Amino acid sequence: MEIVAINQISPDQVVFFQWRWIIINATLVYTWLVMGLLVFGSLLITRRLSLERSLSRWQNLAEVILGGVRSELREISREDADNYIPFIGTLFLFILVSNLLTILPGYVAPTSSLTTTAALAVLVFLAVPLFGIAKLGIIEYLKEYFRPNLLFFPFHIMGEFSRTLALAVRLFGNLMSHEKVITILLAVTPLFFPVVMQALGLLIGLIQAYIFSVLAMVYIASASQSHQEKGDGEKNTNPLEKGRMKVWTVKAWLRWRRL
Amino acid sequence: MDSEGMVAVASIVTAGLCMAVGAIGPALGQGRAVHSALSSIAQQPDERNSLTRTLFVGLAMIESLAIYCFVISMILVFANPFWTYVIKKAGG
Repeated sequence: MEIVAINQISPDQVVFFQWRWIIINATLVYTWLVMGLLVFGSLLITRRLSLERSLSRWQNLAEVILGGVRSELREISREDADNYIPFIGTLFLFILVSNLLTILPGYVAPTSSLTTTAALAVLVFLAVPLFGIAKLGIIEYLKEYFRPNLLFFPFHIMGEFSRTLALAVRLFGNLMSHEKVITILLAVTPLFFPVVMQALGLLIGLIQAYIFSVLAMVYIASASQSHQEKGDGEKNTNPLEKGRMKVWTVKAWLRWRRL
Repeated sequence: MDSEGMVAVASIVTAGLCMAVGAIGPALGQGRAVHSALSSIAQQPDERNSLTRTLFVGLAMIESLAIYCFVISMILVFANPFWTYVIKKAGG
């Protein structure tokens, strides 16, 4: 089933329904599908949570996802990252679900349209100063733009905009290219080879969702750690101290083995 | 050659050239990145997790350069603004 024709570059051009100025295109419909799936799925899962030994398999899945996201964010930001989980976790889950559903026939990933990815990148662009100001205060946050001296101010501004553009175009390009490759392969070598490319598409979708959320976390973390804290962080993890800790744990382990 | 043909030839040749040249740099860069990441993992297998994570993020950064070229050539082939302009001019 072909929804997006070969000469259409984005699912925005597929119009399902039009009434005056209201245009319902494929991107909107599939975004709503993914949103509904996530919202109602999590409502169903959290309707009856249990603290008992035995829990439902869906609660187990939700806990595994939440635990994975939390430990990953904690490792990247080197601090308690529970503030960031609602934002970054939602970004990750939305991109992941909308990428992985591409194996269903008749589905077009909303992330293969530049409008969706640009909206997600703008969210990250707005979240960086918000989290930064909430953590450091507005003066300390604005000071970061003038480091190491006044000359670097335009470069900081340019960096903010260019990395937002890069976030949007990276996700869009990967998903769109995958869709185009599948369409072309279906015309050239049907039956077997497109299936292999679909399997590769699952991997690409997973990696792109991971990278989008990791980059968002890195941007937010770099904006919300002040200059002094960064210097202190390096001092605390000096290699000598680390080596001593390692020797100590090995000794403790050996002693425990002997008992 | 009339102007329609000129635009078509220029777009198609440029799209192919853009993809070909644009793939060389990222390919070399990714090769270097994977090479040094693999030798670091061989030297320090304990740090495999953080090395792999940094490698993936770095590879995505490098790959996005090739993706830019791909998007440009897709626009040139499928959604060419100059082509629609020429068609409109010839038609109206």
